Amino acid sequence: MTDKKTCLYDKHIGLKAKMVSFGGFEMPIQYTDIVDEHNAVRHACGVFDVSHMGEVLVTGKEAEKFVQYIFTNDVKDAPIGKIYYGMMLHENGGTIDDLLVYKMGAEQFFLVINAANIDKDYAWISEQAKFFDVQTINQSDTYGQLAVQGPDSERVMAECLGLACEDLVFYTFKTVAVDGETLIVSRTGYTGEDGFEIYGSHEYIRNAWDKLIRHGVKPCGLGCRDTLRFEVGLPLYGDELTDDISPIEAGLGMFVKVDKEAFIGKEAVARQKAEGTKRKIVGIELTGRAIPRHGYDVVVEDRVVGSVTTGYNSISTGKSVCMALIESTYAKTGTPVQIRIHKKLQDGTVCKKRFYEKNYKK
Amino acid sequence: MAKVIEGLYYSESHEYVKVDGEYGYVGITDYAQEQLGNVVYVDMPEVDDEVTAGEEFGAVESVKAASDLISPVSGTVVEINANLEDQPELINQDAFGNWIMKVKMADPSELDALMGAADYENACK
Repeated sequence: MTDKKTCLYDKHIGLKAKMVSFGGFEMPIQYTDIVDEHNAVRHACGVFDVSHMGEVLVTGKEAEKFVQYIFTNDVKDAPIGKIYYGMMLHENGGTIDDLLVYKMGAEQFFLVINAANIDKDYAWISEQAKFFDVQTINQSDTYGQLAVQGPDSERVMAECLGLACEDLVFYTFKTVAVDGETLIVSRTGYTGEDGFEIYGSHEYIRNAWDKLIRHGVKPCGLGCRDTLRFEVGLPLYGDELTDDISPIEAGLGMFVKVDKEAFIGKEAVARQKAEGTKRKIVGIELTGRAIPRHGYDVVVEDRVVGSVTTGYNSISTGKSVCMALIESTYAKTGTPVQIRIHKKLQDGTVCKKRFYEKNYKK
Repeated sequence: MAKVIEGLYYSESHEYVKVDGEYGYVGITDYAQEQLGNVVYVDMPEVDDEVTAGEEFGAVESVKAASDLISPVSGTVVEINANLEDQPELINQDAFGNWIMKVKMADPSELDALMGAADYENACK
């Protein structure tokens, strides 16, 4: 299958971005330099094309009841304008996807899902929806999406796009009427910095992109999107969450509300919360510079006890660190472990999976 | 445009050998460092390791990816470039000035299988 292109594809080519296949899309991994792009977001502002993300609109009398049933977080009686992070689960607690849910109206929810999972998710959502009085619409091809991220984002949004956002608190959104269309603007992101995401028509997103680039905002690729989210311990579906990894194992229990009404997978995750899990996602810091990468073995006393989910030589701290899924027996902070890198065992220590402090504006 | 230096031997996998008598200094080419981007770690062999032409002897890593190093010659490692342990970015600054290992070559005739500067320049096009 050939990769899809986002509405900004030709802009990336024009900027001579290095393109890669990601989640079924041909996406920019970097424009000039992953380190410069990373630092622009940490210290100023950068813009990402995230149009590959999927969007599903759920409407109808039982919209809330339906979302409650397929989603781990609790959206009951949520105020309009609020956003929730959580997961859709298999019955056994494995993760179908992690997603954002935007409460648009009393009977309207907007689900933002991962690009690679759009077909899988939409098929599953549609299947579950048969039992409810709801309509689901896959709007993934309708919306383009930009993420404006970094400490200068609020100013850039106002000066460059005319979008005043000082009134938006973290994890809320508003709709804005611009040029005959309705944008969705939220204070969200995937970098650990303050920032915004804008959903709009392809035409709006293309114009907004041009304005931001002309204004000097740094175009940022998926390469630094990954290094940024990794440093602050945010999970990536496919690495820290998979069909085989539950959010409890991933340390994301706070987004799984086992006290609310029934949802798919609830029994499994409630049991995991109560009894603990055999495996856990942890952070590991290495003594040396060797870089632990996805899939590398974690070893204790010559026995493989888990594997690396994501690892880098952290751009912000200079340390070689990773997240890894390991047996819970070894998950305590300070436990010495080793990672096999290019045939050699490298020494490390279990640590918190937040290698750099988040800098959200709440 | 990547630099290519006369007088060195080049492999298809973008390593070079700079010959000094029975010794060869092995590193990656300027073209290779350009393709990799920021080098953040070099996995080097140890002194006294045996290396074999055509086989992996370590890796250079950028932020995103690890790329195997393939030895262009066979022999014994007599020295490694210890500067790269703390400053792997030296490879980006000057790939030809910052060799990775010095090998006592077991069979200098292996050099005949490598490319000269003109051929290598063509191979990179």
